Amino acid sequence: MNTTSVFITGVGGQGTILASELLSEVAMLAGFDVKKSEVHGMAQRGGSVVSAVRFGDEVHSPLLTPGEADVLLAFEPLEALRTLHYAKPEGKIIVNSRPIMPATVASGAAEYPENIFDKIRKAVPDVLVIDGLKLAKEAGTSRAVNVVLLGALSNFLPFSDEIWKKAMENRVPQKFLEANIKAFNLGKEQTKDV
Amino acid sequence: MREKLLLSGNEAVARGAYEAGVHFAAAYPGTPSTEILEAIAKNYADKIKCQWATNEKVAVEVGIGACYGGARTLTAMKHVGVNVAADPLFTLSETGVNGGFILVSADDPGLHSSQNEQDNRRYAKFAKMILLEPSNSQEAKDFVKIGINLSEKFDLPVMLRITTRISHSKSVVEISEREEVPVKEYIPDIKKRVVIPSHARVLHRKLEERLLEVKKYANEIEINKIIDGNYTKDGKKIGIISSGISFNYAREVFPDARMLKLGMPYPFPVELAREFVDSVDEIWIIEENEPFIEEELRIAELGDKITVGKDKIPLCGELNQAIIREAILGETPRTPEVDVSQLPARPPVLCPGCPHRGIFYVAKKLKLHGTTDIGCYTLGVIPPLEQGETCNCMGASIGVAYGIGIAQGKEVGKKFLAYIGDSTFLHSGMTGLVNIAYNKGNTVVCILDNSTTAMTGHQPHPGTGITITGEKTFKADYAEIAKALGIKKVFKTDAYNLQEIEKALKEATETDEPAVIINQGRCILLDWKKLDIVPFRVDPEKCTACGICLRVGCPAISKDPKTGKAVIDELLCAGNYCTVCAQVCPFDAISQADDDN
Repeated sequence: MNTTSVFITGVGGQGTILASELLSEVAMLAGFDVKKSEVHGMAQRGGSVVSAVRFGDEVHSPLLTPGEADVLLAFEPLEALRTLHYAKPEGKIIVNSRPIMPATVASGAAEYPENIFDKIRKAVPDVLVIDGLKLAKEAGTSRAVNVVLLGALSNFLPFSDEIWKKAMENRVPQKFLEANIKAFNLGKEQTKDV
Repeated sequence: MREKLLLSGNEAVARGAYEAGVHFAAAYPGTPSTEILEAIAKNYADKIKCQWATNEKVAVEVGIGACYGGARTLTAMKHVGVNVAADPLFTLSETGVNGGFILVSADDPGLHSSQNEQDNRRYAKFAKMILLEPSNSQEAKDFVKIGINLSEKFDLPVMLRITTRISHSKSVVEISEREEVPVKEYIPDIKKRVVIPSHARVLHRKLEERLLEVKKYANEIEINKIIDGNYTKDGKKIGIISSGISFNYAREVFPDARMLKLGMPYPFPVELAREFVDSVDEIWIIEENEPFIEEELRIAELGDKITVGKDKIPLCGELNQAIIREAILGETPRTPEVDVSQLPARPPVLCPGCPHRGIFYVAKKLKLHGTTDIGCYTLGVIPPLEQGETCNCMGASIGVAYGIGIAQGKEVGKKFLAYIGDSTFLHSGMTGLVNIAYNKGNTVVCILDNSTTAMTGHQPHPGTGITITGEKTFKADYAEIAKALGIKKVFKTDAYNLQEIEKALKEATETDEPAVIINQGRCILLDWKKLDIVPFRVDPEKCTACGICLRVGCPAISKDPKTGKAVIDELLCAGNYCTVCAQVCPFDAISQADDDN
């Protein structure tokens, strides 16, 4: 299989790294070669955080460059727009609807852009908007927004639900497992915009 | 089938140390190297003695002792940590080893979390160490084993040079069992290990002889290899030379090209390179940052066929497949048409509830300024706090603040604070502090004690009283240290008590002698999940939209675009554990959101 590339973007503290961990684990359990890259350290302190997961028969570069992502999974609307050029023009965008204000906006020095979803759709038509927080709360934990989004992502990737479940069993603490599986399923059911 | 794991490069290095029979490992935390020692402590502490050292030089010195003492040894640090450790390293090449010695240098092309992008392959050559460069996690693991064996075979230290994209990328690794080797006997050898000039002259000659042996072996070692291929461009057969992470980017763009992959780029395999050069029409060298391989090829007088080198592949910044495609093929990617240039930036910021925020706010209010150092608190330079006008390297804030005072006079110097973190102070701040006392300076040094090495992910250090494996141990006392280093004015402040901080800052900056302020507050993230946080709320009746609370630069506070009044994001707010915004509000408009309204 040719290499499939997923670009994950969000804000430090949103759980993007666990999401990319789970996705990579799933790809490995499905028998693919997989490479994942992200940045730690200073970048994680409330800044923009990105992570790339690539899988296929043989993956060379762990990095994703502009125009390469088959799917862009965005935990925050502004970050979706900021990294939109990493997607293929015919790629798929899955974006969480809840904005997080950057410090520059909070202090009044800059403005949060208006009509973000229209701007995204104009450049890449295939967009799915999801209220991750609402669904995560429905599943029993506001911390599972990342897993809700993975559920939505799973509709576009060639992995069975059993493998996703196994990866979650490997990675998610036992006491949160049930809520996370529920969150995953709720995300998977979201095929229309909120 | 052997067990396969998805490991980061750092985890793979740790696994490699385990499998290679390493007995001792030491490091100082630094992105992107930190997780190497963390993984050793977490997974292999029963087999590998490990410790956070006070700084990288100490890590290498203890490592040298362990290696002289017969233990297989690994030390790990970020690229700039090797600057700190350079002194003992250069001598280690002269003396040679007993147990194998590996230094892992984790470089940071692209400066994701660093002050420069120095390419430490040059250090390996400068310090006359064997250089290994893995391209993925599997090699990161395997090369540790190869490196330990090379170190013992040639009596030389080995540098395993990785980069951020090796350290923090995960890929699939096949693991093996540990090779159990006993610690070798320690036999004193003064002529080999005491580098007085008469010994060192002999040692230098012997070192050069050993390097020549390795240079020959470099042509045979299996990790320097030619990968067959038949890619041509304009009718010319292309040969690509690469190493480390760059090999993957090159392979991504030119999967069918004939390649020379250098797992051990130094000492350079001249004969293998000659064979490769002779077999193609053009040589393309694809390497990140410095033209290390290119220079080696030219020094060997094999550079005539180079048509792609540093003239096309950028020296600055991180490399990737898109840059290579554009530089060599002139191809630009097809991307969505979107203008992202005007979007509000989201730079890293001090966390909500960060204990560094209060002292920066008060210092700015008192019109004080100063130098800063390496750590989370470097983020204090960002508006609105804007504390820190210079930042150089670990520990430099103290010397630089004092030096500016020397140049600009004592009045200016007195208002020029030196900010330094607790871990950084112990790493390399103490020498700067005693220098001020000794030379009769008057600088005010603020030790921002958050009880951890926060930026790299909360590692313990000698000021925390805990070891890497969680054992209780001696806990350094900054006040006692400061006094012992000649500072008479020592203040202790509560990082969340702005009045106390203001009083101490005023007093410290009004005397004509040097002072130390120890500003104590645990990193809020250390206990975040355990804290019983009651978030704060702005009372819109009392808020006058004066904007003062926005000056503390907390990501949880924002301005309502309609009313201009402050609002607090309850999911982010550290509330009762912080209270800084409530202390600065002149109208008592901020308080606990503990009622139902």
